[in-house]
This record gives sequence, C-alpha cells and structure tokens, in this order.
Amino acid sequence: MPHEVAELVAAARDGDQSAFEELVRATHADTYTLAYRLTSDEEDARDVVQESYLRAYRGLRSFRGDAQFSTWLYRITANCASTHLARRHRYRHEQLDHETPVFEHADRDPSAQAEAGALRDRLTEALRELPPKLRAVVVLRDVYDLPHEAIAAELGISESAAKVRLHRARRKLRDRLFPLYGQTAQPDEVDAHAV
Amino acid sequence: MRCDDVAETLAAAGDGLALLDGADRAHVGRCLRCQAEVVQYRKLLRALRALRTEVLDPAPGMLTDILAYLEEAGERHALRSLLKGRHFAYLGGIAAAATAGAAGAIVLAGRSRRRLRVAG
Repeated sequence: MPHEVAELVAAARDGDQSAFEELVRATHADTYTLAYRLTSDEEDARDVVQESYLRAYRGLRSFRGDAQFSTWLYRITANCASTHLARRHRYRHEQLDHETPVFEHADRDPSAQAEAGALRDRLTEALRELPPKLRAVVVLRDVYDLPHEAIAAELGISESAAKVRLHRARRKLRDRLFPLYGQTAQPDEVDAHAV
Repeated sequence: MRCDDVAETLAAAGDGLALLDGADRAHVGRCLRCQAEVVQYRKLLRALRALRTEVLDPAPGMLTDILAYLEEAGERHALRSLLKGRHFAYLGGIAAAATAGAAGAIVLAGRSRRRLRVAG
C-alpha cells in the first residue's frame, strides 16, 4: 500500500472525515473503472461507486490493513455491483444498448490510443456482451487478479462455481475475439488487428 | 484424446500451460488446432491484463456527487441515531413512570391493608 494511502486510511479510521475524502479523491477513478467494467453501464457504475464508498466508510474500522486498501475496495465494489445488478435484473430487462459512452483514457495521446485500439475495443465490446455473471468473474480474476476465494465470497457463490464461470467466460471471449476457429492460428494476423 | 477433451483444460489453464497434465500436454504438443487455441488464450489474457492499467475518466462532477452522497448518508445516519436515542429516552421515561406508579400502588395497598388490620 502506498505510504500516503496508508496514512490516509489510518487517519480516516480515527474519524478524520477529510482524510476519507482524500481517499475518495485518490481512488474514485479506479473504482469507477472497475464498476464500469462490471456493469457495462455508466449510470449503474456511478450508483455502484457511491454505494461502495458508503460501505467502505462504514466498514473502515473493520479494515485491518493486512490487505491493500485498493484490493479491499475492489472487493466491496464487486459486492456492490453484484447486488446492484441482481436488483436491477429483478426490475427491468437487460438493455442491449450499443450506444456506449466514449471515454478518454488517461495518459494516452491520440496516436497511442489509435495504435492500441483494435484488440482492446473488440475485447471491451466482447466483455460488454457477456452475461453479467460471467463478466464479473473474468474481470475480477483476469483483469484485477483477485483470488478465486475472494471472488466467490463477494459474488456469493462457491469457489468451484467461480472457476466454472471463469472458464466459460474465457471461452466465450475467445470465440468472440477469434471467431474463425482454426483459421486464426497465424499470430501475425491477430497482431495486425491488435496493434 | 480429442481436442474437445482438452478444451476445458485449456480455458482453465489460460496461459499457464504448466497446469496441464502429461497427457493433455502431449496432445497439445502434436495438435495444431489446440496450439492455436493456446495462442488465442495467451493473447486474450494479455489483453485482459492490459485493461488493468487503463483508468477511465469518470464523468465531470462525479467526485462531488460521491462526497455529497456520503455527507447526506452521514446526516441521515446521525438523524436516525438521534431519533433512536430519543425513542429510547421516551421508552425509558415511560418505563420509569410505570415502575414508579406500580411501586406507589403497592405501598398504598400495603398501608390500606395495615389500616384494615388495625381497625379489625
């Protein structure tokens, strides 16, 4: 955990409101990124972020500091997203909205964005098309490197179910990114799309 | 062994081919189709990991919204605690009054019984 964050966490745990605000300031873009990747919806992501920070604030005393604050916050965000999506699913059908927001990516100039674009865009699109339950597991495991145990705990499923979902998600993504099964063995061709 | 038998293992292994057992690894070693699949998983996982370094820019005003939400929730919480405290205070008052009333009734009943005994 970076020194500054550790100090802010310690101060916030002692009841320093402004220290917690600083923590929010320092981490909200990262939290939003995870929330957006899990929900694939800008509005849902905002709700999830707000709820996550509220839970983090209320649960700060239970944060023992033996894990990174960011990892702890990711787990809370994953849990909030799972709850939020489950609740939303009960009230309205999944909208297949392809009008996705355009984001500026930090630390990238336009030419670099264009270079890195193709594979990332296809992957982002493929992630968006995954069922939310599969998407959550593959994002938390393969993007954010959370252990299976933590993923299972936050999503309220067994560890073996988390693994099965991960494998299914990977297969679906692979099928989506490399649709011409057996014809995409030439790495050069794929690389040409990727960069 | 057929490719379909290995497919699930390849998805599980991702780019960690060391996780494959001897028979699976031997199959992949001589099967071009499975080797292609391994390459694809490797690319997929690399692309997924690359997403980790990207931070999306939240919409303007989001930080303000979060802080306002926290403040509002804090106020709500404080108000609820206050009301809960008052609620307990009211209940406590009622309980104290009821106890005092009951004690008074017992004392009065005791006295009147004693008077009756003296009169009798």
